[in-house]
Amino acid sequence: MQEKLNEIRALALKRIQESDTPEKLKEIQIAVLGKKGELTSIMKTLKDVSPEDRPKVGQMINDARAEIEKNLEEASKKMQEQVRNARLKAEVIDVTLPAKKPVIGHRHPNTIALEEVERIFVGLGYEITEGPEIEKDYYNFEALNIPADHPAKDEQDTFYINGEMLLRTQTSSTQIHAMEQGKPPIRILAPGRVFRADEVDATHSPSFHQIEGLVVDKNITFADLKGTLAQFAKELFGEDTKVKFRPHHFPFTEPSAEMDVSCFKCGGKGCRFCKGSGWIEILGCGMVHPKVLERCNIDTNEYTGFAFGVGLERIALLKYEIDDMRLLYENDARFLDQF
Amino acid sequence: MNTALSWIKAYVPELECTDQEYTDAMTLSGTKVEGFERLDKNLKDIIVGEILSIEKHPDADKLIVCQVNLGDRQLQIVTGAPNVKVGDKVPVVIDGGKVAGGHDGGPLPENGIEIHNGKLRGVESFGMMCSIEELGSDRNFYPEAPEFGIYIFPEDTPVGADAIEVLGLHDTVFEYEITSNRVDCYSVIGIAREVAATFRKPFVPPVVEVKGNGENVNDYISIDVVDKDLCPRYCGRVVKNIKFGPSPKWMQRRLAASGIRPINNLVDITNYVMEEYGQPMHAFDLSTIHGNKIIVKRANDGEKFVTLDGQERTLDKDILMINDAEGPVAIAGIMGGENSMITENVTTVLFESATFNGANIRKSAKRLGLRTDASGKFEKGLDPRNAVDAINRACQLVEELGCGEVVDGIADASAPIPELRTIPFEPERINALLGTDVSVPEMLEIFKRLELTYDENTKLITIPSFRQDLIGFCDIAEEVARFYGYDKIPVTLPSGQGQAGGLSYKLRIEAECRNIAEYCGFSQGMTYSFESPKVFDKLLLPADAPERNAITISNPLGEDFSIMRTLSLNGMLTSLSTNYNRRNKNVKLYELANIYIPKQLPLTDYPDERMQLTFGFYGDGDFFSMKGVVETVLSGLGAKKREEYDPGSKKPYLHPGRQANIVYDGEVIGFIGEVHPAVCENYDMKTRVYIAVLDMPKIMPLTSYDRKFEGIAKYPAVSRDISMVVPKNVLAGQIEKMIAQRGGKILEKFELFDIYEGEQIDKEHKSMAYALSFRDKTKTLQDDDVNAAMKKIMNGLESLGIELRK
Repeated sequence: MQEKLNEIRALALKRIQESDTPEKLKEIQIAVLGKKGELTSIMKTLKDVSPEDRPKVGQMINDARAEIEKNLEEASKKMQEQVRNARLKAEVIDVTLPAKKPVIGHRHPNTIALEEVERIFVGLGYEITEGPEIEKDYYNFEALNIPADHPAKDEQDTFYINGEMLLRTQTSSTQIHAMEQGKPPIRILAPGRVFRADEVDATHSPSFHQIEGLVVDKNITFADLKGTLAQFAKELFGEDTKVKFRPHHFPFTEPSAEMDVSCFKCGGKGCRFCKGSGWIEILGCGMVHPKVLERCNIDTNEYTGFAFGVGLERIALLKYEIDDMRLLYENDARFLDQF
Repeated sequence: MNTALSWIKAYVPELECTDQEYTDAMTLSGTKVEGFERLDKNLKDIIVGEILSIEKHPDADKLIVCQVNLGDRQLQIVTGAPNVKVGDKVPVVIDGGKVAGGHDGGPLPENGIEIHNGKLRGVESFGMMCSIEELGSDRNFYPEAPEFGIYIFPEDTPVGADAIEVLGLHDTVFEYEITSNRVDCYSVIGIAREVAATFRKPFVPPVVEVKGNGENVNDYISIDVVDKDLCPRYCGRVVKNIKFGPSPKWMQRRLAASGIRPINNLVDITNYVMEEYGQPMHAFDLSTIHGNKIIVKRANDGEKFVTLDGQERTLDKDILMINDAEGPVAIAGIMGGENSMITENVTTVLFESATFNGANIRKSAKRLGLRTDASGKFEKGLDPRNAVDAINRACQLVEELGCGEVVDGIADASAPIPELRTIPFEPERINALLGTDVSVPEMLEIFKRLELTYDENTKLITIPSFRQDLIGFCDIAEEVARFYGYDKIPVTLPSGQGQAGGLSYKLRIEAECRNIAEYCGFSQGMTYSFESPKVFDKLLLPADAPERNAITISNPLGEDFSIMRTLSLNGMLTSLSTNYNRRNKNVKLYELANIYIPKQLPLTDYPDERMQLTFGFYGDGDFFSMKGVVETVLSGLGAKKREEYDPGSKKPYLHPGRQANIVYDGEVIGFIGEVHPAVCENYDMKTRVYIAVLDMPKIMPLTSYDRKFEGIAKYPAVSRDISMVVPKNVLAGQIEKMIAQRGGKILEKFELFDIYEGEQIDKEHKSMAYALSFRDKTKTLQDDDVNAAMKKIMNGLESLGIELRK
């Protein structure tokens, strides 16, 4: 019986070794270990063995069974691995073939620039608001210390609807709305469309966008204005950006200034971009004129404020090196796709 | 404003700086330098030489060979110039030197032209004699230069002298951007005063003295200002025995640098004083002034007047005129009359130096369509005290230049000259506004430099009359800031209570719209708010369409930009057309912008500015792809209900069978459709175009950031299909509404999976099939529950005339 057992075992191991498909292994398993398999049959003859030998023989059969099972499993694993390796080998692709891109739209460069500016000022605690595009003369001019016969009214080439209503020439009108609607502390940023009677060319458009900023609170100083705008410039144009404030004149601020930033193209050395000066004019700003505050019933003994206005297109053109303003309003897909 | 630095230096004699230092310092103190040009930039080694002899060139008819004395040496120079003769003093550029341009007076090369020794037709030439064009200028500014040929110096010019110096070209012309409040700086004196204050150097203005001839001006002229509101001051002085001639070189050079062409001594003097004092002057031929009388008063409506340019002008009662005893002789502050203009026969001149109401001059000039240098200055509102200084300066120059004989006295008619303004000195408040710590003595020192006087007792600062821009405390603060230095003011952030910033809800929703639109493959466009009224015809809108009630701009750039848009389609279609005609494929655009709906016309109050989210595309896709975009937007914005589509939208610009109003909760919130082929043709597009417009004010109430997790279903779903024969006029929307209504709570979702029209079915019907899915969140559904729901649905569908296929 022992001989028989050895024979079965040796044959089974040999057949396992010779097997080259999972089907063959399965056959062996059934033939040897199955319900009617050779080893199972031997097991059934165990009752013929003398009781004293039975444990020993039983053990032998179990050992043989364990060994065959182990071999079967190893062979099977090996075979699976070979199959997988063959598949992986067959499935090599050229990873440099073109990508299949999802089609998504592109944001207008004006909006990208605006969102950057908004992000900076939201971080500084500004509320983003809006004002009407068709405006009353009072809000666009008079309340901003530009009386009826002021030359600035001509300078700005206003589109009029009639004597009373006009297309706003500046987002500064939002300052008045903000001060009428809210009490200090006020900290707003108001972007929007503005209109001026300029013929369309590479640097002019009769419709463009400004971003107005206004802060009114106790103890607001010119130094705060400088600090705020210097931080804005650094965040927008890069940490190394330097700013320069030059005296200027706006009817609704006093003192007033224009801010230049060091040319972000050449770093201030002077290039074609900054016309050799190393500086680029970016915005107008100043301390809110007491007359403007008074008109909005804000006590000038208690409160001061600063305001600034940035041309959005100017920033977009500079930042993204767009050389013709007309591109912004043509909406050519080949232009928009680059943003 | 352009001015030679040499003119400024005449009044700030101690000024020493490079051109760049000057530019930086002046810009930082508020007189912005736009740029500068060195007149000798491309001139080098040019010497005054005297021609000793001239011989014919042996081999060239048009050339001559000159021996020229340069003082320390003698050179042979060959030239083709026709105008030189022995004894002439000429500018000579020697070997290695440079001239600015060619003799033809064409555009000047960037870096000039270098001159070297050479041979002309075999004869050696050791330099070149120069024309005024080669020196970078022209006869407009050097009227004494010959039309063709070499510039000839006056006989007394020293041989060997630096010719560039003699010509006054060692100078730099600065261009300033003067802000509208600084009327005083539209003058050389005004800028010089700022220069002196900026560089802390003494300011030495011209000392004005007029000798006079002993006669009395009142014997020659009397002045009567009737409309004092429009003419605060009118001064006149008389000059007799006018002798015309060229003005001196120094005056010509200064005028030329300012861009003013020298003409003759009398004209040059008035121009010179206008530049120097910023005060326009006018000169009348006194012999043409009837009754020896000047009357300043408003014109009559419809009155005609011929100005000195020969044009007839129609006047009105708001235009101020200068009259003599018989009638008008000049339009005040704008232009003189042909009847009183100076001719070469003039012997006695009446100088006018006046100030007028700036706003009135500006409006009059605009109405007349006649803006002049003078009106440009007057409209800024000039200083009445300066008018006297200027007329005296002019008379002084008349005497110095030997241009005539000045009669004593000024005929001066003026409204009471306002007292000098005073402003309280509040140093703490100034520092508080600026965020600085400038000491009181430092502030007082700045005031002194600016000629502001301070009275310690009254604590008042007295403002000189030329600083009409200094009105209140904040103006004084700016003066301190300018001369303390904007760059020295510290950099801080606002103190005060912190505040949470952020976008308004409306702007957040708009940002969300942009995100969703872009995920859907649409790129953002921007178009103008104003357009042509022809747009309505292009969009096939009938004559009585409410969209035609648009707000009109009274002074548009042209008809194409004359009305404020009442619908957003034109911008979108124009942009799509641009892309289509540039052969861009599959273009998808969206725009978020306002339309302007007047509440009444003419407009007296704010119109309704309605933000529109407009989508448009051509290329891959159809009506239903656009519908998918609309639904993605609405669900992305947090809309809780299902939108519906009403095909009765009747938009004339859309395909009559392929359009719908988008309805939410019973309200129209927008529309969608294929653009009418005739409209596509109007926009030059031979393709199908799809449009959807969402009216944002209607969208806002249905948006929400609320999201609630509803759990993931634990119990299995039960699916049922319905196959139907549907009358053709029944819409999918009706079927779906019925299924949704009758399905009850357990109806989870449903989907159209087949639709068929054709041979297998009669012409009045279509076949449609829906897959329904039922699920109970709390338990496994029993067949009975589903059957009951299905029965209700079936009954409902049958009521629509639908036959169920069993």
